Amino acid sequence: MPAFNITVNGKAHTVHADSDTPLLWVLRDELQLVGTKFGCGIGQCGACTVHVDGEATRSCLLTIGQAGERKITTIEGLSEDNSHPVQQAWKEIDVPQCGYCQAGQIMTASAFLHSNPNPTSEDIRGAMQGNICRCATYTRIEKAVSLAAEKMS
Amino acid sequence: MKNEITLPAFSRRSFMRTTALAGGGLLIGVNFLNSCKPEAKMPEDISQLNFNNFNAYIKIADNGKVTIFSPNPEIGQGVKTSMPMIVAEELDVAWKDVYVEQAPLDTKNFTRQVAGGSQSIRHGWDILRQTGANARQMLIHAAAKQWEISPADCKVSEGVISDSKGNQLGYGDVVKAAAALDIQDNAPLKDPSQYKIIGRDAINVDIDKIISGKPLFGLDYSKPGMHYACVLRPPAFGRKLVSFDDSETKKVTGVTDVFRFEDKIAVVATNTWAAKKGKEKLQARWDDEKLESTEDHDRILLGLLDGKDFETLRADGDVKKAFAEADRVIERTYESPFLPHSCMEPMNFFADVTDEEVELTGPIQTPEGSQKAVAEALGVDIAKVRVNMTRMGGGFGRRLIGDFVLEAAKISDVVRKPVKLFYTREDDMTCGQYRPAIKYRIAASLKDGKITGYHLKEAAVNSNMYGLIPNFFPAGAIENYQVDVANYKSHITTAPWRAPYTNFLAFAEQSFLDELFEIMETDPIQARLDLLDNVKGTTDERIQYSPERMQEVIRTAVTKSGWNVPASPGVFRGFSAYYCHNSHVAEVVDVTMNGNGMPSVKKVTCVVDCGIVVNPTGARNQVEGGVIDGIGHAMYGDLSFENGTPGVKNFGAYRLIRMEEAPEVDVHFIQNGLSPTGLGEPALPPAGAALANAIKKATGKRILAQPFTKYLGTEEKVIG
Ligand code: FES
Ligand code: FES
Repeated sequence: MPAFNITVNGKAHTVHADSDTPLLWVLRDELQLVGTKFGCGIGQCGACTVHVDGEATRSCLLTIGQAGERKITTIEGLSEDNSHPVQQAWKEIDVPQCGYCQAGQIMTASAFLHSNPNPTSEDIRGAMQGNICRCATYTRIEKAVSLAAEKMS
Repeated sequence: MKNEITLPAFSRRSFMRTTALAGGGLLIGVNFLNSCKPEAKMPEDISQLNFNNFNAYIKIADNGKVTIFSPNPEIGQGVKTSMPMIVAEELDVAWKDVYVEQAPLDTKNFTRQVAGGSQSIRHGWDILRQTGANARQMLIHAAAKQWEISPADCKVSEGVISDSKGNQLGYGDVVKAAAALDIQDNAPLKDPSQYKIIGRDAINVDIDKIISGKPLFGLDYSKPGMHYACVLRPPAFGRKLVSFDDSETKKVTGVTDVFRFEDKIAVVATNTWAAKKGKEKLQARWDDEKLESTEDHDRILLGLLDGKDFETLRADGDVKKAFAEADRVIERTYESPFLPHSCMEPMNFFADVTDEEVELTGPIQTPEGSQKAVAEALGVDIAKVRVNMTRMGGGFGRRLIGDFVLEAAKISDVVRKPVKLFYTREDDMTCGQYRPAIKYRIAASLKDGKITGYHLKEAAVNSNMYGLIPNFFPAGAIENYQVDVANYKSHITTAPWRAPYTNFLAFAEQSFLDELFEIMETDPIQARLDLLDNVKGTTDERIQYSPERMQEVIRTAVTKSGWNVPASPGVFRGFSAYYCHNSHVAEVVDVTMNGNGMPSVKKVTCVVDCGIVVNPTGARNQVEGGVIDGIGHAMYGDLSFENGTPGVKNFGAYRLIRMEEAPEVDVHFIQNGLSPTGLGEPALPPAGAALANAIKKATGKRILAQPFTKYLGTEEKVIG
């Protein structure tokens, strides 16, 4: 199997995988970074969202062959100690129910707030539209994103 | 989750045991569903915790800190936070000094868990409080003994015992002495007005792990040497495997084993992707029978409703006579499709079958059933099978069925490797265990401006409503009342789905009542209250709901939603109230209509009477989620079949509610100090009807079927 050099959460790794393997499975199976979740595998649910060069990216659609040298951040690397404002807001608002979708929600929200630090409620809803929460914690997600925006300003 | 059962009587004497821990501290074992077995033994150190004997353990350490070991699986309903709150309240410790630990995996005999969503708090309420109170009393006795005073002269607050002279002892100072005392039965319980933890917001105890992506879920579990397994199952329900060619599969790097079991083919590999790719490369031949389609189900279920083969679940008075004598009879038929559960975490399970034992680890709500099924299927002694539960990425009833546990065990048994079976989303959506398609026909007779008869018929795939439902509202409120059921056995597998049966029945009945009141030209709220008046003082013990509590949620919803205040232009309101899982709920939906003829739900006011609310933030979260879930599935949920094959396979074609469609949910709880009742489910059923009733006001269209999107804008399907 071919070898790939990737940088995840600031750490360089060499992984062996078929080049069409989605980054999601490299993270989970090879690097044991299981915070990034599998939900649909077709880019429809957002559970697998990571940052690639700071952009929210569906890791189920990006193959290891395409990942290249770009900087990958997963939920495990968002902060050392849950201190990222989005994580803080998630805690204050007590967002999760089952919790399974939340890493993806947090990764989408943090990338979004980076590019739009003062979002309207409509902006937030639009930005989070791609992330499904089957437990339907949507109203809390919206509140938490706007609280995080406040914290960041 | 399925049945609202009578609470088991518990013997106060035998539900808790205590022991001094070898390493210091006091350990209390609690059994809150069954009395302890007479031979139940307390472990002497934490690593020996044996959940076969007790449901939960409470450790009070020498420093006074309290750890609650909870084996309860968490499916998202928050019991892992709220159940320990109840113990901590009566024990009288500060919530910040309490740690909650999921009972360790890999503990021998980790089998006796309780997994019912809506019922956990209700069942645990008395015993958990009594456990905390008894432990507190033992600690007080130990302090009193040391001070040589009467226990009655001791006070306790947040883990510190004091006497009238100002002496103080922390719980940690007296645990050793307390452990040597006899258990105090029946220690006095706090009056709810004294509560300091119950009724205050407590953040989900797993929050830090969730927001940092720690391994918590079944899919996150792994063991050295673990392989990954994916299964090709029949592409249609009822189809059989004839033959298959795995030559291309075997060429995929990483694939280690391919084999047939039953009508399925397992592909085992060293990583997830290889297993999935290998499965896709299989060439399978299936037999070619004529199989069921949605059209067939529609025809068959309507045929059942038209027919005479019913089982009568409840019959009051004489419905036939009431109908014959009526001024008018109104009859409507309501139709619902199959629905997948769509748990965010697809089904998966770990199995490691060796000669010595069988380890099963993963997200399952019914560990004991799976243990038994696996022991039988593999022909091994049940004592050698142990089941460990992980946190679950949603359940909604799907994880009550252990089909995937059995598959994982069978695969590991063949390859003799530790194996994690995973479902792709397509597997999860197409391989069964759905909410069954159901049709209801409701008829009512009107005479002299009153409802004199009510006849509800159910035609369902595979199984019918459970026995308590016929005793829900409006049973008892209408003199002549009858509930009949019939079912059709299908190849398609079905399972409980969040608020089984009532998730659609509430839509049918609450839509029907609204239409009836419209025809009668009476106010829909007052008419409901009047019907409830008829039930007051009933001597019929089968009646499940309380008319007074139902009236109160209805009245409160009217006030909180501003029902009597004219809505802003373009906003239309719909009402619904329902009882299930021992809780009473009323909802008001505010909608506007979009240019495309679709509703946009702005706000839902939801009033819940679930007795004492242990953890308000968790409880509101459940209600918000239940309401939005109810609206989402009523609007969009649809799984149809063509020749045995589901028409949708993933979240692309199958629509779930998302952020932009999610309304604001304004949640209110009735404060009545009564014992807690179900909360994970009861907010869902009323939502669909409240929305449909609002859409009727906005458009004049009466929706009689789910999903609403399919029927809005297609005139011929909407029966007005
Ligand atoms: S798993 Fe990638 S979007 Fe769903
Ligand atoms: S919290 Fe369960 S899917 Fe979002």
